[in-house]
Amino acid sequence: SNPFEVKVNRQKFNILGRKTKNDVGLPGVSRSKAIKKRTQTLLKEYKEKEKTNVFKDKRFGEYNTKISPEEKMIKRFTLERQQNYGKKNIYNLNEDEELTHYGQSLAEIEKLNDIIDSDSDTEERGTLSAELTAAHFGGGGGLLRKKASSGQEDEEEEKPKSRKELIEELIAKSKQEKHERQSRRESALELTEKLDNDWKEIQTLIARKPPKSERKDKEVEKPKPDEYDMIVRELGFEMKAKPSERMKTEEELAKEEQARLQKLEADRLRRMRGIDEESKKKPSHVSADDLADGVLTGFLYGQDGKMNIENEEEEEDNEEEEDDNKEEEEKEGEEEGKEDNENEDSEEESAAEDEEDVAADNHSDLESDLESEEEAAGNKEQKKQKTNENESQNMEELDPKMEAAKSELPYTFAVPESYEKFKSLLAGRTVEQQLVILERIQKCNHPSLAVGNKTKLEKLFGFLLEYIGELATLDLPELKTIDKLILPLYNLCQMFPEAASSSVKFVLRDTAHEMEEVIEVKGRAAFPGLDTLIYLKIISLLFPTSDFWHPVVTPAFIYMSQLLTKCRITTLQDVIKGLFICCLFLEYASLSKRFVPELINFLLGVLHISLPKQQAQGYTVVHPFTPVGKNSELLLVSDKKDLESWQKQNLPLSIVARLKETGRTEMNHIRLSCLALCFDLIKRCAVLYESLPSFHEIMHPVKILLTQHVPVNEYPEQMQEWYHSALKELENKEKHYTPLICEKEKPVPLKQYTPKIVKVLEFGRKQGGSKKEQERRRLIHKHKREFKGAVREIRKDNQFLARMQLSEIMERDSARKRKVKELLGSLATQEGEWKAMKRKKGKN
Amino acid sequence: QLPPGLYKKVLVILHDSILPYMNEPTLMIDFLTVAYGIGGAISLLALNGLFILIHQHNLEYPDFYKKLYSLLDPSIYHVKYRARFFHLADLFLSSSHLPAYLVAAFIKRLSRLALTAPPEALLMVIPFICNLFRRHPACKVLVHRPNGPGDLSEDPYIMEQEEPSESRALESSLWELQSLQNHYHPDVAQAAAVLNQSLSEIEDDISGLLELSASELFDKEVKKTSANVPLEFEQVRGLFGKKNDIFADHFALD
Repeated sequence: SNPFEVKVNRQKFNILGRKTKNDVGLPGVSRSKAIKKRTQTLLKEYKEKEKTNVFKDKRFGEYNTKISPEEKMIKRFTLERQQNYGKKNIYNLNEDEELTHYGQSLAEIEKLNDIIDSDSDTEERGTLSAELTAAHFGGGGGLLRKKASSGQEDEEEEKPKSRKELIEELIAKSKQEKHERQSRRESALELTEKLDNDWKEIQTLIARKPPKSERKDKEVEKPKPDEYDMIVRELGFEMKAKPSERMKTEEELAKEEQARLQKLEADRLRRMRGIDEESKKKPSHVSADDLADGVLTGFLYGQDGKMNIENEEEEEDNEEEEDDNKEEEEKEGEEEGKEDNENEDSEEESAAEDEEDVAADNHSDLESDLESEEEAAGNKEQKKQKTNENESQNMEELDPKMEAAKSELPYTFAVPESYEKFKSLLAGRTVEQQLVILERIQKCNHPSLAVGNKTKLEKLFGFLLEYIGELATLDLPELKTIDKLILPLYNLCQMFPEAASSSVKFVLRDTAHEMEEVIEVKGRAAFPGLDTLIYLKIISLLFPTSDFWHPVVTPAFIYMSQLLTKCRITTLQDVIKGLFICCLFLEYASLSKRFVPELINFLLGVLHISLPKQQAQGYTVVHPFTPVGKNSELLLVSDKKDLESWQKQNLPLSIVARLKETGRTEMNHIRLSCLALCFDLIKRCAVLYESLPSFHEIMHPVKILLTQHVPVNEYPEQMQEWYHSALKELENKEKHYTPLICEKEKPVPLKQYTPKIVKVLEFGRKQGGSKKEQERRRLIHKHKREFKGAVREIRKDNQFLARMQLSEIMERDSARKRKVKELLGSLATQEGEWKAMKRKKGKN
Repeated sequence: QLPPGLYKKVLVILHDSILPYMNEPTLMIDFLTVAYGIGGAISLLALNGLFILIHQHNLEYPDFYKKLYSLLDPSIYHVKYRARFFHLADLFLSSSHLPAYLVAAFIKRLSRLALTAPPEALLMVIPFICNLFRRHPACKVLVHRPNGPGDLSEDPYIMEQEEPSESRALESSLWELQSLQNHYHPDVAQAAAVLNQSLSEIEDDISGLLELSASELFDKEVKKTSANVPLEFEQVRGLFGKKNDIFADHFALD
């Protein structure tokens, strides 16, 4: 439009994605629109102010927009007719009044219409030509007008044509059209036919197959699909064989193993330092990026953990394959393992092979057939399940016969429900058999095979632990068996760390509470049995002892410290047990180099009791050792002969369990071995703790005892060697003290706010707050806007009214002025005339 | 002169069953001073009665702190009356008018003795020492000596010195607590690591820690649950089958 009428609201910044609706305004147009509207409404109201009489339009449906104009007219017409009808009898004089339309009787028109209608119906259903509709509904006017606009002068001349003629013309025209259409269609048909024929002729040239066969093919195609197609489709639906990982070379395997170990070691170190993963990864100020990181790493970590376990399982399998020739057969990978197992077992025990076995073998043959098929499809999972089912069947079949062939090992075992059952299962078996049984239980009830297997195997760990404890408490502890049973225990622990840790903790808690009760009652406690010592040793095998905090190892540490400080030392066994625990402490702390005061105290005490009774000088022994007392010479050996005949021997653990009062000489030898062990432990402690800043203070009492009180020269040569190596380790450490300096306080970082990023749903909308709050704010905003708009409107209305009043006044004034002028003028002329007359008179 | 058992029994109940009902509590002065001079557990127990006399009856005890200092020996962390002793020691050392050398000597001696203490005692004594640092900021040189001499070849502190003022404690540093940062008990290690940073202003409340027992510690640790349990990754070979197993050298499986 006119550029002078357009007002452009220039934007300072282009904001992406914002739709602007007010960038162009047409003030002139909108003002005139507003004024027009006001004149229509407000002005009218103003003018009708204080006027009670109203103009009422009583025409039917004049203001009803719902009724279409046609209907309105029809209704009005009927109303009119009704009115007329009522009056007709009484007042209407010319009854046979003919209704006309454009000077023609309506009745006639109706007749004609009927004819045309029937005609058009036959022609085309539904579609009406524009002319026809114009003729029918638009009244004759439309037709006429059109004719006029077409500008055909000759027809214009023939304008006075009658209606009849017009209609006739129309009919003729439409007939002609119809004919033309038909002929066109026919010609098209002919053409296509011709084209078809031509194509058939050419087709023989183009297509390889003769047209006849092709036609035949077409007919046949549906009922009998191509064999090739079938195969293709089948293949499409079949599971695709996944590409398996290629076999790894030895080097790669070694490298992988190395990488895995490195990773595990790094993990261990991290745990040893007690770096809290969560606290590290969760900074106090959480910004969007950090959150994402944390989530990601957490996720990865979880995955890793899982993967580790799996890896380890695999590793176990691999390693065992290599190492244990004896158990190689059982230890192979899961899948082959089962088949092999059966085959080999059947070989081994072919002498006692019974029908069931044959049946089983048959089964397995069948099964292997099946499997080979399935393997082609790469469906390992199914296969596993199948074998499992099969085996469970076997088991059921075997069960009744088990009594008969008790001496043999069945191939499958259910996990025993209770400890008694477990014990009876293992009772009377050799160690190897027990191992095989455990192995098979694990295999047959692998958690991936059935749902309940996991809990069953978790229980198995507890049973095994209990069994080991029982073996250790026997009069003649079966330590060799325990030694062998560690392996399945370790494997189970790797499979179910949580269950394993909780059952170990349970055992620990039991023994610790027992000891506490004894202390409460008696005021002192005795060293626990060999089983507890074995448990503590097992903990160091199953769990990483270097962790800063570990759910099992940390309680074990505390328990051991209690043992060393609370338990009375009254016999030689107690000393051996105590030294065993010292060894455990050293082993636990070997990697993390953690400081164990109890350990040093105990070693000092052991040294003390190896000395003849005397007043301790320069050192103090602490609980449970006493400087003077009846047990203060427990390790003292004064027999010269025994001293000379002593040879360093490994202390058999079984003497811990029962007193082996074999003889003075042997007792003395054991004493000396304990002393040697003590020297060795001191040496190891010295190596372990040399990095501690107060190493010399820690070792000071031990050193004094070693240098000043121990009667070195009385010891046999071997013992002197031990002594000197320990003393050397203690003495050749440099004294080195660096004054302590606090860590510099980290400067408190300025608070930085990362921009708060919220999802933008709609531009220009205020975000934040609850839904209710948002709604409230929206309503307030709306109300404000409406209010402002209303005020503006009212102001404009008032202005408009004022303008109107002013113009009215002006008009009135000007009218009055004009009238006054007129009056004055007329008066002037009157006056003039009067004066003229007067002059005339005067002249006259 | 009483037998030791009776001595202890009397001293245990002295402060709340005997002294409050005496018309002339000061009559007990001689008894308590003698008991305090005996040494060992009896001295520890006599401390309580003495405290009441000093506190409420204007007893002047010459070289009281020296005597208290000499009471500190390795057994204080192991004896039954540990809680009582440390409760009183806390009271005696709460005065802010004590000279820095004295407090430093106490700190140094306590931490030196802590090298043989069980974890439950350590968990109590480390906050105790931290509190002493808070009360006597002059002692903070023990943990923070920025401009001191470089490397020393000997700890300047003299343990054997009976006189706190001669013990040169203020020239030393708390290497003992630094060693305890490697303690096997995670809580102890964490508590000791507090001294690496500058201390907070608020004193730790040690009243709850005084009565801590080993079994409580054990229960606390056992009750902790953890979502994932790290496992040993080294494959086992048998009971003594670890690499460099100490047991294999000294014990036999028969």
